[in-house]
Amino acid sequence: MIEALRTKDNRIPEPVLLKDVDFEMPFYEGLQYNPPARGVWNIVHTGMLIPEAHQVYVCAQGCLRGVILTAAEMNLMERMSWVSLREKDMWNGEMESRVVEGVAHIVEQMKNRPRCILVYLSCMHMFEGCDFRVIADELSERFPGTKFVDCYMTPTMRKSISPDAMMKASLYDPVEPLAKNEKLLGLVGCDRETDRTSDIFEIAKLAGFDVWEINSCETYDQYLELGAASKLISYLPVANVGVRKLAGRIGAEWSYLPLSYDFDQCEENIKKMAEFLLSEGESKEDETGLHNSKTIDEFIAEKKSQADKALKEAAKKIKDTSIAIDYSATPRPLGLALLLTNYGFRVDTIYTDVFQKEERAAYEELVKLRPDIQIYPTMDPAMRFADNEFEDGLDSAESGEKKLAIGQKAAYFNHTPYFVNIADGGGMYGLDGIRRMAEELVDAFSTPKDTKKLISHKGIGCASCL
Amino acid sequence: MNQTARIISIYAADTSGFCSALYEYGGMTVIHDASGCNSTYTTHDEPRWYDKDSMMYISGFTEKDAIMGNDERFVHDLVLAAKELSPKFVAICASPLPAMTGVDLEAIAYEVESETGIPSFNVKTNGMQSYITGAGNAFVELAKHFTKPAEKAGVGLVNVLGLTPLDFPLEGTVQSMRKWLAEHGFQVNATVGMDTSLEQIERLAEADMSLVVASTGLPLAKYLFETYGIPYVIGAPFGCEDATAVLCINMKMALAEGAKFKGVKMMVPEGARIAVIGESIMSRSLANAIYAEYKVPARVLESVGDGFDDYDVSCDDEDELEAEIAKSDIIIGDPLFKPICGEKPFISLPHMAFSGRCFVKDEVQLIGRSLKETALGEALSKALDQ
Repeated sequence: MIEALRTKDNRIPEPVLLKDVDFEMPFYEGLQYNPPARGVWNIVHTGMLIPEAHQVYVCAQGCLRGVILTAAEMNLMERMSWVSLREKDMWNGEMESRVVEGVAHIVEQMKNRPRCILVYLSCMHMFEGCDFRVIADELSERFPGTKFVDCYMTPTMRKSISPDAMMKASLYDPVEPLAKNEKLLGLVGCDRETDRTSDIFEIAKLAGFDVWEINSCETYDQYLELGAASKLISYLPVANVGVRKLAGRIGAEWSYLPLSYDFDQCEENIKKMAEFLLSEGESKEDETGLHNSKTIDEFIAEKKSQADKALKEAAKKIKDTSIAIDYSATPRPLGLALLLTNYGFRVDTIYTDVFQKEERAAYEELVKLRPDIQIYPTMDPAMRFADNEFEDGLDSAESGEKKLAIGQKAAYFNHTPYFVNIADGGGMYGLDGIRRMAEELVDAFSTPKDTKKLISHKGIGCASCL
Repeated sequence: MNQTARIISIYAADTSGFCSALYEYGGMTVIHDASGCNSTYTTHDEPRWYDKDSMMYISGFTEKDAIMGNDERFVHDLVLAAKELSPKFVAICASPLPAMTGVDLEAIAYEVESETGIPSFNVKTNGMQSYITGAGNAFVELAKHFTKPAEKAGVGLVNVLGLTPLDFPLEGTVQSMRKWLAEHGFQVNATVGMDTSLEQIERLAEADMSLVVASTGLPLAKYLFETYGIPYVIGAPFGCEDATAVLCINMKMALAEGAKFKGVKMMVPEGARIAVIGESIMSRSLANAIYAEYKVPARVLESVGDGFDDYDVSCDDEDELEAEIAKSDIIIGDPLFKPICGEKPFISLPHMAFSGRCFVKDEVQLIGRSLKETALGEALSKALDQ
């Protein structure tokens, strides 16, 4: 574990090499810096995915500020309200009634009462032992027909379960079991749209399944249709707590098919998904679209070939350009680095504060191939000065070497306009996702972007007034 | 007071005010916070974050720290970073949970200073007050630690107090202020908060007076008066020459009378036709400018702050504010107030402390400019003609 990044005289932080880094705990978590890359979604963005739902935050002014302005920048203030907590609220033993009366006051003012209200409680409620059940019961009694969902903005508890994971759990809370539709698949746990050409959508289509995805829901009723899904798939690990809970509640089967940049794991995921979608007693030779149109093996071979071709073409164009990847772009930066390294790309830098356990195998391989890859944390105080190498407004190309970044933080730290602007995998999945990533790399390499403007935009893909 | 809002925004908190005030002084400013205060501040409340380095961090406060009182970890982390980065000072403050659990930040600052030799101090915040409190307290602590006693220059040296990007546009404010002061026979000693340095803070006591242009500067003005006898004048020089005439007279009196100067209130007739919503000193100064240029009295709805004189109507929640707004015909305020202004003519005056970066591109520079030369003035002329 590195306790603090050393800095040079001009404060540019010194890197740690992959071969020297402790996989379990690469960096000490001390004071935290926050780089100005805003693409990653927060709990407001995620909550807004429930159509017609209203959000009410009950917390201190300092905590309210960030979430309220997230909604303001999304031009969605009409779906956002707040109750502020004052010092006296901490001591008067009326935390629950402050929530109930505050939320009730807001609801009473609404011309059209929403069917779903997300009530966000804060760390202060948790530490006072606030009972959300009492709050929800009271509000439900006062406002029948409105579902009150408990949500949490409790970063102090982030070591137990992250706010993102808690939000992913709350996101499906209003969904109740409905009569099962055996051909409805719920793609859950990712808040950005997954590519329609991805392995998941294509296999589902071949198997004759309709896919429910929250981004496609325009009404609250469409959202509730998830309750009819017979099967659920997720691919981002952060969603698993919530998806497990959802599967149990609506009586659906669930399969976790992790996002990967490994050809073999992608192939395994495809096979696993095909098996998962075929009903018991329905053999591979039955008349499902899955096997009528082509065999799984043919499907895999074609997808692999396309991904391989795209990567080779990208490698030809990008040559030995230095590449940097950050953890906000994908939950598997090491896996992506390994894939690119195997295809001859020059991945020099990875920005991450921790490594996911799922990345262990990729780490073991990568450290053999490229022990010299530089690892930087993103939050270490010294990272405040990481872009100083490129002062005077010069981008990385102007200052001598063109750099290609994958992710907004990598773009910022490298002062480069050449970057793939994605967060959390960018909706690319499976073998198709690898192909798409290769294409994105070529595009990013060829077309410079306005880095400051793009990475300042809060929540990639969300509307913004900026 | 129900402490709720159905649709309007909320002002930046004291923790953001603390960071904003100390941004340019080469110190390390740290909020004792779990997560969130850093991204909130650096995204919405700090337009300098992308282009101008400043050592602003959070502690990464955890559940365990809250329950076990793990202050040693915070001290260790502060010392570790301070030794590596060599800031000119270390300033710390509390977010709601450390404030709730009663963490002794003063003792922590003392320990950090003892271990590093770097001046360290605590600024009182709890995440439940506005940026005015946080910035105001931070400026005072900074002066307490760095301002040195000095002889007055006696040539009209002015400390401009209350300048933060939360209240004033980042671009052009200090230049406009310098220009206005020079045109009226004064010289700038310090522009505390923006385009500034620690050397300016060290020399604050050399000034002949302080000009408080926003509420964040008032505590420091009082401190400098009580400690060094520097008189202060309250008001932002918004609008044409007529509008700023009283301010100028006050400043000249302050220069002549020194510590004996008691100040003269801005006496502006109050009328209900126009309502200016916002921070008290700037809103009052704008109301003054409106009267000077349009001969229409305006009232101030002080939506944030501690109240300035007896003209203001303090409005700390949406219902109360909406009821007050209903009494006026023309509303001037941040665009995020518009949803509670009905169909009344609404004149946009973006205020970063309320709407963050949403309307930064539409910010209006009012210092030393006739309102009639601004988009705000044009809109007001139209509204008054209706």
